[in-house]
Amino acid sequence: MINYISRRLLYAAVILLLVSMAVYAIFQFLPFDPAALTCGKNCRPNLIAANRVRLGFDKPLWEQYWLFLSGIFVGRDYGVGSAAFTCPAPSLGYSFRQNACVTDLIQQALPVTLSLAIGALILWLIVGIGLGILAARFKDSPIDTGSTIFVLIGTSLPTFVTGLLLLIYLTLKNNIIPLNFDAYVSVFDNPSKFFMYFLLPWITLAFAFSAIYTRYTRSAVIETSGEDYIRTAWAKGLKSNVVLRKHTLRAALAPLTTLAGLDFAGLLGGAILTETIFNLPGLGRMSLKAVNDFDLPVVLATTLLAATIVVVMNLIVDLLYAVLDPRVRVG
Amino acid sequence: MTPIVKVENLTKHFPIKKNALARRKAGNVKAVDGISFEIAPGETLGMVGESGCGKTTAGRTIIKLYEPTGGKIYFEGEDITEISPSAMRSYRSKMQIIFQDPFASLNPRHTIGRIIAAPFEIQNITPEGGVKRAVQTLMERVGLNPEHYNRFPHEFSGGQRQRIGIARSIALKPKFIVADEPVSALDVSIQAQIINLLDDLQTEFGMSFLFIAHDLSVVQHISDRVAVMYLGKIMEIAPTTDLYAAPHHPYTKALLSAVPVPDPQTERTRERILLHGDLPSPMNPPTGCVFNTRCWKAQDRCRIDEPELLQIGASSVACHFPE
Amino acid sequence: MTRLLDINDLHVTFPTEDGNVKAVDGLSLTLDAGETVAIVGESGSGKTVTSLSVLGLHNKKRTRLTGEILVHSERGVVDVVSCDDEELRKLRGSAVAMIFQDPMSSLHPYYSIGNQLSEAYRVVTKASKKDALKRCVEMLDLVGIPEPQKRVKEYPHQFSGGMRQRVMIAMAIINNPRILIADEPTTALDVTVQAQILSLLKELQREFNMGILLITHDLGVVAEVADRVNVMYAGKVVERGTVDDIYYRPLAPYTMGLLSSIPSVYGKGTGRLSAIPGQPPSLISLPEGCSFASRCSFASQVVGASCATDAPQLIEDEPGHSARCHLALADRRTAGAKFAAKGGTA
Repeated sequence: MINYISRRLLYAAVILLLVSMAVYAIFQFLPFDPAALTCGKNCRPNLIAANRVRLGFDKPLWEQYWLFLSGIFVGRDYGVGSAAFTCPAPSLGYSFRQNACVTDLIQQALPVTLSLAIGALILWLIVGIGLGILAARFKDSPIDTGSTIFVLIGTSLPTFVTGLLLLIYLTLKNNIIPLNFDAYVSVFDNPSKFFMYFLLPWITLAFAFSAIYTRYTRSAVIETSGEDYIRTAWAKGLKSNVVLRKHTLRAALAPLTTLAGLDFAGLLGGAILTETIFNLPGLGRMSLKAVNDFDLPVVLATTLLAATIVVVMNLIVDLLYAVLDPRVRVG
Repeated sequence: MTPIVKVENLTKHFPIKKNALARRKAGNVKAVDGISFEIAPGETLGMVGESGCGKTTAGRTIIKLYEPTGGKIYFEGEDITEISPSAMRSYRSKMQIIFQDPFASLNPRHTIGRIIAAPFEIQNITPEGGVKRAVQTLMERVGLNPEHYNRFPHEFSGGQRQRIGIARSIALKPKFIVADEPVSALDVSIQAQIINLLDDLQTEFGMSFLFIAHDLSVVQHISDRVAVMYLGKIMEIAPTTDLYAAPHHPYTKALLSAVPVPDPQTERTRERILLHGDLPSPMNPPTGCVFNTRCWKAQDRCRIDEPELLQIGASSVACHFPE
Repeated sequence: MTRLLDINDLHVTFPTEDGNVKAVDGLSLTLDAGETVAIVGESGSGKTVTSLSVLGLHNKKRTRLTGEILVHSERGVVDVVSCDDEELRKLRGSAVAMIFQDPMSSLHPYYSIGNQLSEAYRVVTKASKKDALKRCVEMLDLVGIPEPQKRVKEYPHQFSGGMRQRVMIAMAIINNPRILIADEPTTALDVTVQAQILSLLKELQREFNMGILLITHDLGVVAEVADRVNVMYAGKVVERGTVDDIYYRPLAPYTMGLLSSIPSVYGKGTGRLSAIPGQPPSLISLPEGCSFASRCSFASQVVGASCATDAPQLIEDEPGHSARCHLALADRRTAGAKFAAKGGTA
């Protein structure tokens, strides 16, 4: 097992290295002069030239890449003399647009996105799995029909429509959830404010996912109920809730770990639409803004971060699956 | 007379990879591990053995659905072991296969007329009187209603689907057919219909069969000679009557004695040899005689020395201590 | 003789959009302690759904059940057809246990053998986990699994097919049930393993005096283990008798056809098999008369009744030996002698 994990970690490192090279290369081939982008309208040739040296754009490509890579581990110094400054490790570069180390920017945005994703994940797992189980158990009953309608609406309504509808009806018209202009607060500082802040985004994001998970759970439970080993469980004289909980759900929901892990990883990269609608200063909005502004170091860093999250989540999901399914464990 | 099919020391190993990324070979499954035999024109060779003994792999390798790992395959005296897939095409009309599962081996979206006509299409042959006429003749020959030409496989029962598979395989009048468990998915009363059909077709067209089955009574009924396989090797190969009346290999004996007979008195009186344990893994077969772990006659020699197929009367037996 | 099971006039129907599928049509049978009663038939004959309904394992929403299935348990007689879910649940595993055709898929892939076995034990006895595990090891040992102490911790995928069927048997008999239903218990297994499992079942039956209801299509297996036999065709029993009656003095044309269509290793030569022509009827639109009439070679010889329009009744032609056929008994005896198994030629 330890052998397996270390081998997987090694692969993960290799993949991330390749991703970083690819992303880095792509941005170098864009038809912009990165140094020219550092100083908006009042750029003068000598300022551009100075910035080019200060940010290291004058060096050969491979050296730039090396500086970027080593910066992650040891930090990176920019410029010389009085204009010199340092982005400490782990440094992901320096945003000339926002005049800040990219790592600092990410540090501000990540908790927002993390809170959004974790809250939504919990919400959609509870609603999706719960409703899916009910629909499967009371197949062809009004509950099942209701869940089908929910699934249809949830999968067909785009996030921005759900979000705007919630915003209009719950906040603007009926004022059930008051409109929030405050900045993000951590759950540790002010839990109630935190929950009010994220409630609507969570519901918006979880809505579509719950619909997908309801559909998945319902069909997985129904399919598993027809397995021979479930018939064996009944034949033992087990109570129906034991058959459902211990035998059916375990087998039906194990594959859901993979699905949930990857969906979650996708959200950590930034839920751009939801963050935009609710004006959340998360990773998604940050990368969107960076793309619009040609803020290349930020785009590079967020891309790399998203790739890292996907790779790491994949590893976690695989390990979790091995815990759940003994057939994977031994192989 | 030149045998239709001759195989010499045929082997087929499947590599096992530990995982997709490592590409490191963790070993080989020795599905077929050095078998030799001949099939004469018009002859049926039965091939029996338990699951995992390699009989299906053997059948598929002989008609080159799998590339052999080693050994030689001769078809009508010509070495076809190494020839290219395109050169193989001209042989395809002479050798055919009937699969076990009449449900899975027919394309559900094609009419049975199209399914049976496929060999003509592939080989680019226009039979006399046109494809449709030829197909309908074939359908009639295998006991299907020719008017059902435009129906789809799901409209037929298991037995009828197997008839469709047989019609397809005899379309080009092949000289050799590998029948891989052709009746094991069917009910007994239907099974008998199909066996009789294969019998009649052989009488009519004189083709040779390699008849692969786990059911020893079916094999006995249809075969001229029988080969018994165990862990990729032939244990005994003999004319049917000899093999069933006087098996020489302990495994053959145990296998025959394990078959329940539809005759209560026989069942009550006969001695049964119960083999202990399970089949060893074909990835890691026992040294010496592969059967030594379950054989009641095994001696030290059997664990070291691999016995060769030796002639005893009309039979060939791979055993140091034959019965 | 202790009576364990009475099935009286059981009808099993599946309503579908195309009509009602009559899977079982008026089945009656009995099972006593220590005996093996076989239900033989081809696919669609109704044998498997019968076995499932004895434990109430059929799909309740899609099945209509009438008649009686009386299980004589230690707590008294329970009718499976009319009793409530809780009563039925208490029968399962304790009075009636079952083993299934496919041991590969009948064990839960995520739980260890010990977990699954002790669960079966504890649901009935309420024993402690420790006692249950001890009992599991004993049972694995009893069904011939080597190193039970070690194997009890392993998972189903680490067992071969034959070993899994042994585990299923251990699980079935862990609470000493009086009735064991074995639905095609060896069909998925190789012959040498099949022989092991059948001999194990016989041994356990002798030791615990169980009544076994054996469901199979394999006449060889029936000849080996059954005492009495019910031959089913299209949802009805067409012949019933002792195993010798069925094999040596068959009285129903379908039984005769079945006996003569199996090739035997102690063969009757290598001539043509006498196959039964045609196919079983659709269970949605069963013929008015005898279901077998269209495939029966004797239909034309019947006098005084019409096979096409009058359904024959199951009539006791000899003590303990019944058949469902219009043909005169003498004619059937003569015909039966021709098709009978030859006996003792090994």
